[in-house]
Amino acid sequence: MTATSWAWLVLLLPLLGAIGIGLGFKLLPAKIAGILGTATIGLAFLCGIGALLCLLGEGAEARHHASSLWDYASVAGLNIKLGIYVDPLSVFMVLVVTGVSTLIHLYSYGYMQSDQGYHRFFSYLNFFVFSMLLLVLAGNFVLLIVGWAFVGFASYALISFWYRRTTATRAGMKAFVINVVGDIGLVLAAFLIFREIGSFDYGPVFEQAPQVFHTNQWSVTAICLLLLVGAFAKSAQLPFHTWLPDAMEGPTPVSSLIHAATMVTAGVYLIARTHTLFVLAPTAADIAAFIGLATLLVAGTIALVMTDLKRAIAYSTMSQIGYMIMGVSIGAYSAGMFHLMTHAFFKALLFMAAGSIIAAMANNQNIDDMKGFGKAMRFTSITMLCGGLALAAFPGTSGFFSKDEILAYATARGGMYTIFTVLGYFGALLTAIYTFRLIFRVLPGKPCAEAQELIDNGHVAHEEPRNPATGEVEDTDVGFPGAEHHIAEQTPAMKVAMGVLAFLALFAGLIQVPGVDETVTHFLDPVFADSPLAAIVPSVGASWLGLAIGAAISLAGIGIAYWLYVLRPEAPAALIRRLRPVHTFLFNKWYFDELIDVLVVRPALAIGRFANRVFERFVVDGLVTGTAETVRGSGGVVRAVQNGFVRSYALLLIAGFAGLALYFLLSSS
Amino acid sequence: MNVEWYIVLSALLFTTGAIGVLVRRSPMVILLCLELMLNAGNLALVAFSRMVGNQQGQVFAIVVMVIAACEVVVGLGLIVALFRRKLPLNVDDLRELRG
Repeated sequence: MTATSWAWLVLLLPLLGAIGIGLGFKLLPAKIAGILGTATIGLAFLCGIGALLCLLGEGAEARHHASSLWDYASVAGLNIKLGIYVDPLSVFMVLVVTGVSTLIHLYSYGYMQSDQGYHRFFSYLNFFVFSMLLLVLAGNFVLLIVGWAFVGFASYALISFWYRRTTATRAGMKAFVINVVGDIGLVLAAFLIFREIGSFDYGPVFEQAPQVFHTNQWSVTAICLLLLVGAFAKSAQLPFHTWLPDAMEGPTPVSSLIHAATMVTAGVYLIARTHTLFVLAPTAADIAAFIGLATLLVAGTIALVMTDLKRAIAYSTMSQIGYMIMGVSIGAYSAGMFHLMTHAFFKALLFMAAGSIIAAMANNQNIDDMKGFGKAMRFTSITMLCGGLALAAFPGTSGFFSKDEILAYATARGGMYTIFTVLGYFGALLTAIYTFRLIFRVLPGKPCAEAQELIDNGHVAHEEPRNPATGEVEDTDVGFPGAEHHIAEQTPAMKVAMGVLAFLALFAGLIQVPGVDETVTHFLDPVFADSPLAAIVPSVGASWLGLAIGAAISLAGIGIAYWLYVLRPEAPAALIRRLRPVHTFLFNKWYFDELIDVLVVRPALAIGRFANRVFERFVVDGLVTGTAETVRGSGGVVRAVQNGFVRSYALLLIAGFAGLALYFLLSSS
Repeated sequence: MNVEWYIVLSALLFTTGAIGVLVRRSPMVILLCLELMLNAGNLALVAFSRMVGNQQGQVFAIVVMVIAACEVVVGLGLIVALFRRKLPLNVDDLRELRG
């Protein structure tokens, strides 16, 4: 089989799973639905490996294939095929997406067991994986947009999965609206590309772009900026990031899969895929890099003060995606993609561990209430520690190699780009502090009531279910998580998924050690060979120097967190008192929600209200009621004649004829 | 004999009929007055036919008689139906067509 046949199979399997589970929800027992959902994704992963082996069997230059099944749209000289594009970049993404998805499906199999919407959940989840694969495998911009919109819908459906919660449905709407703003950017970019180059297919577009555009021509810059709008909305970068923390209302596997590991990295993939255009528009690329940098710092500082466990991890996700966006924008393509992969491992793992702890807390996500889970949930805490170490870039873990590679590239590029190295290392310090703030506040210490109960009785505290966000009592009909909560210690499926990810989080970095193997770079090289920026390679010595600095910073960050939250537990409160304004500023998330409210939402509402009060009331209503009143008035006049007296009709008739006769008599004489 | 006399008689008959239709309320009488008006027309047709000396006017008079017979059939039928349903035999009370 060829690589493209494997890729078609990769696309087909999750689609079959989604449709099969969705239509068969009455016939299939819950267990079978879960197994089916997991198995289709697992098989898709195996097919992805098949495609990988096919590509590896070819020469580096020949590793790109386009294939199409049929015409998607063919009108007026525009011919769009339902086509895919298989090259190392898309296969890399396919492997990351299907691999992590398989594990998260496995985790959901246990975690969602008592949920009343078990079939619905797996159907949505499979549909999401299908859409994401369509996005990464698409062979032209039209299919890319289709996949892009599908993942947006899947994200909306899964955020609002527990639709009895008003907070969840509202968060879903927010995510959808912001994502649609991004979709508009992407669609306009595609229109511009078609106008300038006359094709939607990746092959011709990227081949002809260097001849059509000269560097920093306004049109290519506009295309890149519009692409960035799409990428930033999907990847939760400033200023389109406010939906991501709210999206944590969804079930934890969803946060883990969509809002950490896969969908939110679509923006990184988009920039890497269209790198040819970004090379031609260095201004746009620099803007992207600076926004990535700003996001990583802003999100990092907010994560320092968040007290909601999942939201804190969500801000960390934004911050890590900031690194990736920065990487692929300045030219560290394979480093950015490598960070995408390792981040998928350790962030999915952290969310899974957080889900396990939140389940033990009966859906309470506030870390102020958590304490001493280290003793109560040994497995969860060990895996959380693994994920935390990787996120904090502890020497030797996967995050250590991937993050520093981006920063080493920024140093090697030199000039203005040194800023990215310096502030990137500062961001790494923040990362280490906030990660271990979470770990030190949740795991060690005297167990809280729920943890103590887990130690004593071995079961989870179940209270009357309440919405963790608002505290209102939950509507426990359908669309509700169910009263049972599943933790990793008692659910083998969750344990396996977290175990595998913990292993990957710790050791996946070893496939890309500077000067030793650099597997990912070699594999992705053919894709990025056309970019002059790919020629800049940090020397092995510089890379190792960067790694040493990174190690020192990571250890320093962990040390600061240890000092603040373990040795001097009273220090954080004192710090908060001392720096009250800063804390308030950060705690309110830099007032971004309020800013958007003032700049966008309120003007829009004001325009709407103006239109309603003035235009609608006077112009539209006036026109409509005016017409109606005229017709009614003239009707009233004519109606008086129709009085129902037959004799009066006769009189009118005779009078009329008499009048006519008189007229003709007079006029003829 | 001069044709004017016939025409004057015809006009008088027609006016009598028309006034009858307008002032009487009984459907029976209205029907009679309608007949009167039709026959006034017939008289005028026959008179003109004699004056001109051709037969077409008389043919028209026969056609009008046929129509008058039809009209009587329908009109009397309506009156019988009204009577059977115990509706008032007064055209002013039958005002369902009022707008």
